[in-house]
Amino acid sequence: MRIAVCVKHVPEGPSRIDPSTKRLDRAGEGALNHFDANAVEEALRLKGDSDSEVVAVSLGPEKALDSLRKALAMGADRVVLVSDDAAAGSDLVATSRLLAAALERQEADLVLFGQQAADADGAVLWAAVAERLGRPVISQAMELAVDGESVRVKRQTEFGYDTIEASLPAVVAVSDAINEPRYPSLKGIMGAKKKPQDVLTLADLGLDGAEAGEAGSGTTVLALGEPPSRGDARKIEGDSNAAQAIVDFLAEKRLL
Amino acid sequence: MRFLVFAEHHEDGIVKNALGVLGKAAALGDADAVIVGAGADLAAQLGRHGAKAVYVAAGDDALSTPLPQPRVDVLAQLAPDYDAVLFGQSVLAADVAGGLAARLDAGLNWDLVDLELQGDELVGKRPALQDSVYVDVGWTSSPRLALFRSGSFDPQESGGEAETHEVSVELRDFSTRTKMLEQAHAEAEGKSIEDADVIVAGGRGLGSPDNFTLAEELAKALGGAVGATRAVVDAGWYPYSAQIGQTGKTVSPKLYVALGISGAIQHKVGMQGSGTIVAINKDANAPIFEFSDLGVVGDVHEIVPKLTELVQARRS
Ligand SMILES: Cc1cc2nc3c(=O)[nH]c(=O)nc-3n(C[C@H](O)[C@H](O)[C@H](O)COP(=O)(O)OP(=O)(O)OC[C@H]3O[C@@H](n4cnc5c(N)ncnc54)[C@H](O)[C@@H]3O)c2cc1C
Ligand SMILES: Nc1ncnc2c1ncn2[C@@H]1O[C@H](COP(=O)(O)O)[C@@H](O)[C@H]1O
Repeated sequence: MRIAVCVKHVPEGPSRIDPSTKRLDRAGEGALNHFDANAVEEALRLKGDSDSEVVAVSLGPEKALDSLRKALAMGADRVVLVSDDAAAGSDLVATSRLLAAALERQEADLVLFGQQAADADGAVLWAAVAERLGRPVISQAMELAVDGESVRVKRQTEFGYDTIEASLPAVVAVSDAINEPRYPSLKGIMGAKKKPQDVLTLADLGLDGAEAGEAGSGTTVLALGEPPSRGDARKIEGDSNAAQAIVDFLAEKRLL
Repeated sequence: MRFLVFAEHHEDGIVKNALGVLGKAAALGDADAVIVGAGADLAAQLGRHGAKAVYVAAGDDALSTPLPQPRVDVLAQLAPDYDAVLFGQSVLAADVAGGLAARLDAGLNWDLVDLELQGDELVGKRPALQDSVYVDVGWTSSPRLALFRSGSFDPQESGGEAETHEVSVELRDFSTRTKMLEQAHAEAEGKSIEDADVIVAGGRGLGSPDNFTLAEELAKALGGAVGATRAVVDAGWYPYSAQIGQTGKTVSPKLYVALGISGAIQHKVGMQGSGTIVAINKDANAPIFEFSDLGVVGDVHEIVPKLTELVQARRS
């Protein structure tokens, strides 16, 4: 079995939107989207000791290779990064097009996604990618089992718990409660360097610039503004006086 | 402007988020709605909430369970006649909207909290980056697709009547390869937290199921109830009945104390109406601090036992 896992490289720490491009400022440090570590872990769990292959796939700047290497260090077998200047600023429509083109070539039996991208909070990309691949999709998986031809998922919705089955090949997005991602071992980190790391351009995927980036997108950011103020929000640091400070605050608000 | 609203239903009614979005659409232009997998008896409810026409697709068995891909097939038939297709946030609606965006190559803006007509352009309002910035968003393709954050609009009854049209649909092969084996069973009932004046909610930062006693003891001292995030409920640390957020309960106590909770938007939508919000989290960049009245950067294991003692002392 081959399992592809879609992972995103997201900015670390507080992020900002660049007022000139109206895009997320991706210049600073980045890291593997922590929700995607659950998807990598689940792929590795399904692989177990078998000869299944786990391939991590990402769309992003060159620096996204750092996050892909973390997936390798955790135990993924190889990685594919789609990286091209013309792809910057891709929205859901464009991102799903590029990722689907890259996934198409992997011929994976199962494509896994994380719960959401910490910088975009969309929690929708899998549905768009599944549509482009023409495959069944199940989202929010908190339990997942593969048996030969199908995948079975338990997941939570607004109304309770569902159990859903789909035939393979399929697309599944996992929730952050599905497992506890492992930390890469030293051996894993050393071994990562030797594993295959493919970087593909749009041309490599047979796509042209008009299908990617802003040109290939269907949405646009018009203006940036401040959020409504929360009034006198306060923040304190440190453990030693914190409990007393909270009690004082509650007393002042007449909540005690 | 012509709007089509995805009228999600559960049991014998249209869900509240969808009705709220329908009301907004009807206020901005002509609003129609589409129901998939249920009967025309729900059309009257949609008419009262502002729908002019209601499309009902119910013929095929594959439409009867709430799975997204057959719904994409239905919406893809109707959507090209509209300027915009609107969805209220839900697990199902997000998957339908994402699939439709790819099918039609039509831009989708999500997590909107409002929609405006500026001249004859539609502009969506969206809090982004953990709600630290508000963004105006638009569309460069048609139909414009929009997914609204839970609770953005209250349903409005305008008392109209809708005409209903049946639609028949051709399902894609892959749309029928997913099967609902068991649907919407609730797990582990417990005491309702919706009426509590004080809620102490615990997240993964508590570290283990046993540490929920920290939340329970503080809640007891404050005379309140215990809430939880989805992450800990799905991990089996606490019952589903205590879950707060998009797929759990919506609460608005006078005081909400968040222990080891990151403050994801799906959690926020269930508790942002609280009077006063106090958060303890060891990560100074945690999103929860963007909407807390008092944010405490620190370790719950250090702070909470002391806090509980101080509260008990004050109250006795
Ligand atoms: C469709 C959908 C629906 C969802 N519905 C819901 C819902 O209804 N309710 C809900 O809650 N979530 C929901 N979620 C999940 C949501 O996005 C988050 O994943 C979830 O809320 C995270 O839970 P958490 O804050 O407990 O865990 P985490 O995000 O893991 O946060 C734990 C926090 O604890 C802090 N921490 C760790 N150790 C300590 C310590 N010792 N002291 C202090 N702080 C510490 C960490 O800094 C971190 O910020 C939904 C997601 C999706 C996609
Ligand atoms: N640029 C990207 N490259 C690869 N996978 C991605 C990318 N963006 C998002 N994903 C995947 O899609 C999931 C949901 O992202 P989103 O819908 O953007 O919140 C993430 O958890 C990842 O698994």
